[in-house]
Amino acid sequence: MNNISVLMTCPMLEYLEKQLESRFNLFKMWNLSSSKPDFFKNHSGSIKAVVGDTTVGADSNMIDSLPNLEIVASYSVGLDKIDLEKCKDKGIKVTNTPDVLTNDVADLGIGLALAVMRKICVCDQFVKSGNWINGDLGLASKFSGKSVGIVGLGRIGSAIAKRSEAFNCHISYHSRSEKPNTNYKYYSNIVDLAANCQILIVACALTEETRHIVNRKVIDALGPKGILINIGRGACVDEPELVSALLEGRLGGAGIDVFENEPNVPEELFAVENVVLVPHVGSDTEETSKAMADLVISNLEAHFKGEPLLTPVT
Amino acid sequence: MESIGVLMACPMNPYLEQELDKRFTLHRFWKVPEKSTFLTTHCNSIRAVVGNASSGADAQMIEALPKLEIVASFSVGLDKIDLAKCKEKGIRVTNTPDVLTEDVADLAIGLMLAVLRKLCESDRYVRSGKWKKGSYMLTTKFTGKRVGIIGLGRIGMAIAKRAEAFSCPISYHSRTEKTETKYKYYPSVVELAANCDILVVACSLTEETRHIVNRKVIDALGAKGVLINIGRGPHVDEPELVSALVERRIGGAGLDVFEHEPEVPEELFGLDNVVLLPHVGSGTVETRKAMADLVLGNLEAHFMNKPLLTPVV
Repeated sequence: MNNISVLMTCPMLEYLEKQLESRFNLFKMWNLSSSKPDFFKNHSGSIKAVVGDTTVGADSNMIDSLPNLEIVASYSVGLDKIDLEKCKDKGIKVTNTPDVLTNDVADLGIGLALAVMRKICVCDQFVKSGNWINGDLGLASKFSGKSVGIVGLGRIGSAIAKRSEAFNCHISYHSRSEKPNTNYKYYSNIVDLAANCQILIVACALTEETRHIVNRKVIDALGPKGILINIGRGACVDEPELVSALLEGRLGGAGIDVFENEPNVPEELFAVENVVLVPHVGSDTEETSKAMADLVISNLEAHFKGEPLLTPVT
Repeated sequence: MESIGVLMACPMNPYLEQELDKRFTLHRFWKVPEKSTFLTTHCNSIRAVVGNASSGADAQMIEALPKLEIVASFSVGLDKIDLAKCKEKGIRVTNTPDVLTEDVADLAIGLMLAVLRKLCESDRYVRSGKWKKGSYMLTTKFTGKRVGIIGLGRIGMAIAKRAEAFSCPISYHSRTEKTETKYKYYPSVVELAANCDILVVACSLTEETRHIVNRKVIDALGAKGVLINIGRGPHVDEPELVSALVERRIGGAGLDVFEHEPEVPEELFGLDNVVLLPHVGSGTVETRKAMADLVLGNLEAHFMNKPLLTPVV
């Protein structure tokens, strides 16, 4: 398949890049030998596949400029950077990387909740700066037994729920519709969910409906003893509202892996102690990134061999 | 009971201190300028000692207090109390089991996630503005890793239950096999270490378990293994652990306890695969209040001649 042209939108993983290079005629959009307009003029007709991720996907403009595009294989489970409607219109296949990253993202959700509640990063900093000699830190908050509210009970949300249960947490959730086969309490209104839990975890996909699903009302309902954990997408949360709530003490704390304008993070949060900020690392482990890359490659190979896709997005 | 003298060994909890002050004649040992004079002067009025993980009731103190009837520890660990001497002299001993089990187990899991996923390091990375220059490095998956637990008591079992929710296969070492559990038993700590990815110390500190994690165990755990200590500092041969970490012979460590708290080996401060906490295993508002209430409940029960709530001796 070395004559098949594939466009990779941005750096994602060296292993994936090498695999794509060895199997296809790979173009790296961040490292073109000519200017972008020239590149598109000369090569747009040959490109049959785009490999995108959570930073740069395949928006309307890109799809329009690639007349022979057959498949968009996303190195992510989130599809918010892909114009799905346009792909559907044009019969372009789309694949993502579900399941292989579910555990890592759920682990991070719990890790962030523990880090915030038990002040793990604050304590680590305290010890490493030599301050323990001068006295103890104040007390933290217990995690076990707290009520956890999950926004979006898909694969990741369910994995978070399963883990939280082992800590004797009471689980409730909000999603578009109630899920059969769960014992968790359903709230059809996210404000009610926030009002009835102590730790609110955002685990839903980003769509037009879920943009800013965590807004001022939800933050107020969660309250000064509530904690927000976001392992979904930055845009699921009204970021300026979140920042002011944290600065003003109207929200008890937050563990955030995703931001509205990555890699930019509101600098007012840097000095805030009850916040843990990580750089979109939900699935960034050695094991999972390789599994995701293998899934991207397998989907592409299946497509070009005329075989069924492994993880098509319908 | 206001005439009963109670000696508090060190500062541990303002609420506990206040309550002890209200109910008894409280002597704060850390505020006493001349400790030996103090003991001579007050030895006949002190009938109870309240200690904790830092400062308990050793042989010397017990000998100096002839009217001592009860030692109530604000901890579950008893390593700072001369239990044999208490038994000999008919002195009762109580501790605070159960109320802190969940917090300590939560912290063990928190440390595992923090070490493997480099949570504190990546938080620092964001706060220093480095994310604008590039992504953080890849870390290590936690789900499915083999967890080996030293000591399968209340805390060990609570850690196992939590780790199972992350699909971690559980194995353990303890003095005797616990046939009622399904977890895999290893008769030696070295074998346990050789067969797990994350080794957690959750046993009590006794003469037998001092330095139970030694060079051999550290070597068996190996370059990809991670050590988590939420037990007591002396469980681990600290200099051996430090050199193993500095020389990268072990994959990482999450430590809540140290041999000479609050001193922590400074060679560890710059390592990105190490998370260090200032003995906060039970350090939550909720749990410290529950522990304090248990200490008070035990003391009241004793002085009212009722059964102790959580007696050890």
